[in-house]
Amino acid sequence: MGRFIVRRALFGVVVLAIISFAVFILFFVVAPGDKAANFCGKGCTPERLAQINKLYHLDQSWISQYWLYVKRLVLHGDLGYSFNNQQPVRAIIFDRAPATASLALGAAVVWLSLGIPIGILAATKPRSLRDRAATTFALAGLSIPTFVLGLLFLYLFFYQLTIHGAAFFPGNGYVPLTQNPWEWMKHLILPWFTLAVVSAASYSRITRGSLLEVLGEDYIRTARAKGLSERRVIYRHGLRSALTPVVTLLGIDVGTLLGGAIVTEAVFGLGGIGQTAVTAVVNGDLPIIFGTVLFAAFFIVVANILVDIAYALLDARVRLA
Amino acid sequence: MTVIAADEVAQQKAGGPGHDIPPQKAIEGRTPLQLAWARLKKDRVSIACLIVIIVLVLVAIFANQLTSLIGHPPNEQYRDKGLAPNGLPVGPGGFFLLGGDDVGRDILSRIIHGTRVSLLVGVVATALAVLIGVSVGTMAGYFGGRVDTVLSRTMDVFLSFPFLLFAISLVSVFSPSVRISIFVIAFFTWANVGRIVRGQVLSIREKEYVEAARSLGAGDFRIMVVDVLPNLVAPILVYSTLLIPTAIVFEATLSFLGLGVPIPTPTWGNMISESQGTYLQAPGFLIFPSLALFITTLAFNLLGDGLRDALDPRAARVLARK
Repeated sequence: MGRFIVRRALFGVVVLAIISFAVFILFFVVAPGDKAANFCGKGCTPERLAQINKLYHLDQSWISQYWLYVKRLVLHGDLGYSFNNQQPVRAIIFDRAPATASLALGAAVVWLSLGIPIGILAATKPRSLRDRAATTFALAGLSIPTFVLGLLFLYLFFYQLTIHGAAFFPGNGYVPLTQNPWEWMKHLILPWFTLAVVSAASYSRITRGSLLEVLGEDYIRTARAKGLSERRVIYRHGLRSALTPVVTLLGIDVGTLLGGAIVTEAVFGLGGIGQTAVTAVVNGDLPIIFGTVLFAAFFIVVANILVDIAYALLDARVRLA
Repeated sequence: MTVIAADEVAQQKAGGPGHDIPPQKAIEGRTPLQLAWARLKKDRVSIACLIVIIVLVLVAIFANQLTSLIGHPPNEQYRDKGLAPNGLPVGPGGFFLLGGDDVGRDILSRIIHGTRVSLLVGVVATALAVLIGVSVGTMAGYFGGRVDTVLSRTMDVFLSFPFLLFAISLVSVFSPSVRISIFVIAFFTWANVGRIVRGQVLSIREKEYVEAARSLGAGDFRIMVVDVLPNLVAPILVYSTLLIPTAIVFEATLSFLGLGVPIPTPTWGNMISESQGTYLQAPGFLIFPSLALFITTLAFNLLGDGLRDALDPRAARVLARK
């Protein structure tokens, strides 16, 4: 187990190196234009250009810039400074991360508590009316794009309630949990449900499929033959192994979302990592792009490792080598 | 002796005494695909979805004819009749059947033309992703060993990319277009296909008929194409059908974020993005393109589900066992 974790962690570092390298190539080799001149703008003086080049090392070859970037990151945990407002990228990311984390984790709680029960209900009575209803919900959820659902929620629960004098949900923005928990929740309920309804669909599908498969196994027949109650058979014996694929999916999904829920953040103006990243891409703010891509990739890599470990802990048949 | 007896039994069963047996219907061999099609035909939902998809394809092909029938070209701005006096989009049912957008264009015409981009991107990106994914996955699974390690790790790296963020970066560097959308979507989905194919090939390559082919002197390439690939048709068909709606949504998302197909080209994602300023007052502007998107993805998803059931009868047996 220990060796497995070390090996996976090493591969994770390699993946991060490759991804950051790819982003550097994309923006320094493929992308046209003089970075320093673009950044400096129209009324640029040679002195200012020299200053920028010195500050951001933009006059050096991209490979030595990459080397410098990695060295600063590894030695000082430093991600450089934003082109736009000269703030340290690390501080910007830490500033925006709570909004994204609140969104991702809260949504995960909602979609699990929607998706898994629906999946169980469907699997315990396959081909019944409630199975049909659950399957329809799942397919509808899978087919509706996040931004469409978000805008629809805004129309129904923000705009309609507001014009009918029952304003409850704010239209956009984020309030930190530490500042006002009630406002924090009010601002996040619609984004949570937007993300959750779309995801709950795949969770109910996977729970249903995997529970159906498990309930066909011999040991479930044995458990029933022993005279255990149906409840116990399903929840104790069936669900435990049926939830393994759910855990896998959950790890990957949360890992991906922690690096920025771009679409949901954009619809509800939450100002998290995802929105920061998109703004940076549009403005060509390279240090922020590099920082957010690396930040997002980090969570995906860690989530993958955690999922593999969880897999081994949950499923006795899996051995890590 | 026994041969004659058996012959007599056969004659009796056929119902005709003596030698003048009525010509029996020859037993037809049916390929697995024919069997699957027979099963699919019985599934009313799948057939309905197939019809919806065929209609969508026809709409995309005849988009120009349809819009000239309506009389409102998709990019024509009817500033006097197509906008309400207060400058807001007009609602459905008046000058435009489904209403107009914020600059007085016909939403219906734009939805019809948007079908083109959605289907084009969905189908071509999926085809590209499947082509790369199947090639890489088959090689990884078939050769195993070091080849597998390298290819699998490559796929792992691709799956670790924060793909939407990276896709946006790619699009911004290459400047948005239909072609770059297709490329970006294929670039970030082929590894998913590759992983699934690799898993399948791992078990197929151990089959006796692969060994038989090899002992007859067939080369690796021939075995992969002739013996391994046909066994992958079913999962690839199902997965492609499910990948198309994903690609369509991906394209719409890029357009929504302003990094998809450049305006004023009508795409569903662009329309939804443009509706953001006024949809609270004119909900039709948001709802109709969203509905087009939803119906399309739902049809592909339902058809994919039906195909899976038709191609893999085992899934139905799991249900029957309960």
